[in-house]
Amino acid sequence: MEFWFTEQHTENVRFSVKVDRQLLSKQSDFQRIDVFQSPEFGKFFSLDGYIMITEKDEFIYHDMIVHVPMSVNPDIKRVLVIGAGDGGTIRELCRYATVEHIDMVEIDEEVVTVCRQFFPSTACSFDDPRVKLHFEDGLKFVRSKKNEYDLILVDSTDPVGPGEGLFTREFYGNCYNALSESGILVNQHESPYYSFNAVAMQRAHRRIREKFPIARVYQAHIPTYPSGYWLFGFASKKFDPIKDLDAVKWNALNLKTKYYNTELHVGCFALPNYVKELLKNDHE
Amino acid sequence: MTQLDQNKAPIAEAMITHTHKRTVAFDVPGHKQGKGNPMLREFLGDKCLRFDMNSRKDLDNLCHPVGVILEAEEIAAQAFGAGHAFFIVNGTTAAVQAMVMNVARKEEKIILPRNVHRSAIYALILTGAIPVYVNPGVHPKLGIPLGMQLKDVEEAILKNPDAKAVFVNNPTYYGICSDLPAIVELAHKHNMKVIVDEAHGTHFYFKSGLPISAMAAGADMAAVSMHKTGGSLTQSSFLLIQDPKMMGEVRQVLNLTHTTSGSYLLLSSLDITRKFLALHGEEEFSRVMQLTDYARTEINKIPGFYCFGSDIINGGNIANFDSTKLTIHTRGIGLAGIEVYDILRDEYDIQVELGDLGNILAIVGIGDKKQDIERLISALMDIQENYAKEDFGMITYEYVSPIVRVSPQRAFYATQKKVKIVEALDEIAGESIMVYPPGIPILAPGELITQEAIDYILYAKDRGSFLTGIEDTHIEYINVLEV
Repeated sequence: MEFWFTEQHTENVRFSVKVDRQLLSKQSDFQRIDVFQSPEFGKFFSLDGYIMITEKDEFIYHDMIVHVPMSVNPDIKRVLVIGAGDGGTIRELCRYATVEHIDMVEIDEEVVTVCRQFFPSTACSFDDPRVKLHFEDGLKFVRSKKNEYDLILVDSTDPVGPGEGLFTREFYGNCYNALSESGILVNQHESPYYSFNAVAMQRAHRRIREKFPIARVYQAHIPTYPSGYWLFGFASKKFDPIKDLDAVKWNALNLKTKYYNTELHVGCFALPNYVKELLKNDHE
Repeated sequence: MTQLDQNKAPIAEAMITHTHKRTVAFDVPGHKQGKGNPMLREFLGDKCLRFDMNSRKDLDNLCHPVGVILEAEEIAAQAFGAGHAFFIVNGTTAAVQAMVMNVARKEEKIILPRNVHRSAIYALILTGAIPVYVNPGVHPKLGIPLGMQLKDVEEAILKNPDAKAVFVNNPTYYGICSDLPAIVELAHKHNMKVIVDEAHGTHFYFKSGLPISAMAAGADMAAVSMHKTGGSLTQSSFLLIQDPKMMGEVRQVLNLTHTTSGSYLLLSSLDITRKFLALHGEEEFSRVMQLTDYARTEINKIPGFYCFGSDIINGGNIANFDSTKLTIHTRGIGLAGIEVYDILRDEYDIQVELGDLGNILAIVGIGDKKQDIERLISALMDIQENYAKEDFGMITYEYVSPIVRVSPQRAFYATQKKVKIVEALDEIAGESIMVYPPGIPILAPGELITQEAIDYILYAKDRGSFLTGIEDTHIEYINVLEV
């Protein structure tokens, strides 16, 4: 007998992972949560059937969402993280002694509970004294904040289901207000490859570009996400992600990373032509 | 009375049993379970086309039901607390027409609020009945039409003792209710029937703490748009009657305009939705009320927006309020409702039900989640920050009392000519002219064109109000009756 987890990447493409056994399956108020043990990726979990993280490749996503903005502005002190229930983003942020406060807003408390139980390697910094957990709607949380954060990280699911509100103009508008003068917004920016993801990517880019004077996109290789090729958005009121990269200062921190380095930082903003084209034509 | 089992859905169950028989079909519909129309089957889905059936013995017949449709109607009647419930698949318009045609024949009078839905006016054209209008009043700040005051209904009844019925909206589009039980008592005392347009009031039947439903208030008939807030497929409705003895008579009138090929997709959607609401309506609509209460509180925290609730009840033309309706007054941020409506759609991908000059109306239903509400609140907040302008006043509205000269039917079928509005004094209007806000007609077919009406049209046009219903979009000419 063979046991395979299959995710429908598009109507015509499936991605399957061989599974040793299923460790958990439960329905929260918001979504279905499943945890599996697999020979190739170690433990992984899915929300509504979509893989969120695997033990083997989570470092790529978490390196890239955190270290890119942190090396552009090493003075970041107050951070808002939206989503990120697996804890990986928080883990990376907590490695910076200069970070003073992290508000993490996750809509589904159940995700955090499950990850604490099954993914101690990512869910290891929730109890850091600088971290405050809020279990509520990110869109709601951010709209009451003014000039409070140096960095907002949107570590969300896709724009279908609970993550939907985090790809909207109202959300980016509220993020802009919640950021300080030197604020940076980094978001999970979907993939440019399959048309469904690409449309979400274009819409998100358009909404961000309309609001922020600096709006760039960077890339990473994430094996378990659709097409394996994923984008992040970098938006800011002041900082240019390349010109303002403080490589010397960041390297002096001596943080050991498995994916990110400061040469890759510059390179990841160099996009293929078809992606540039999509971004240029982001108006529906 | 035997308690019928609300767990049953006789039409839907018969449809499933029927598909199991794998009958060879030499009857309509011609697509034969979708086999003949692969493009449509691909688009709508295999199951949908298999259930698009024809009236057959085991599936009963909507025009003369004796089997599963009759059984489903009887179960539905109990769910609504009605004497009988007719399944309607031609839209609530068909139900409204059947109500009007039942109570008032040619040249007989019927008392209606002036802001009645156009389906009721069309019914008057079909029957030849004479309307007697009651001024619904307009909220001075919000500019929305309200309900009928009891004293105004009484005045209309006393002046027109020969009228056959009173027509009531329960509630209006904006959720405003008249004092329905008192109107029913008064009308019955004067031997008049009460027919109720409950297009926007389905949920009143399934949740306590909402305004009273027409059947509970003792009204004679009600047209209920199950598809609007109930959740069935678009165009499916119920016609409810209080007295089961009227069933045969009402069915005959209904069959004049109702289709003879009732769609089983629509019929089964009514059947299943009735079952769902009878079993879960209370909790579903409780959740809807929690969502709207929450939205109201949050929206009212945003400077410039006003989302009214039961605070506007005044014991007169606002006897009660349906709190599941979210009407948001937008003039405080200097934008017309229609502007906010457009911005929400174009910039925020949020579609609300309507925008008028002063307000937007968001319909919250059983399909909405808390997160959808958060999006609306956040978008309004963002709009307030990015689009707000100087507040500007509302145009004051004045009620023009109509003088009905000939029945809408005679006006509709009469030969008409075009005259300049300024020269139309003492002519009889051949078309209606409606002003927004508040969406109340100044003139309707068959009414005398008075100086007051002409002056008001010119005033509203001058002030930039929307005037609709009239053929000439420049509002220079009006169609009147040839004498």
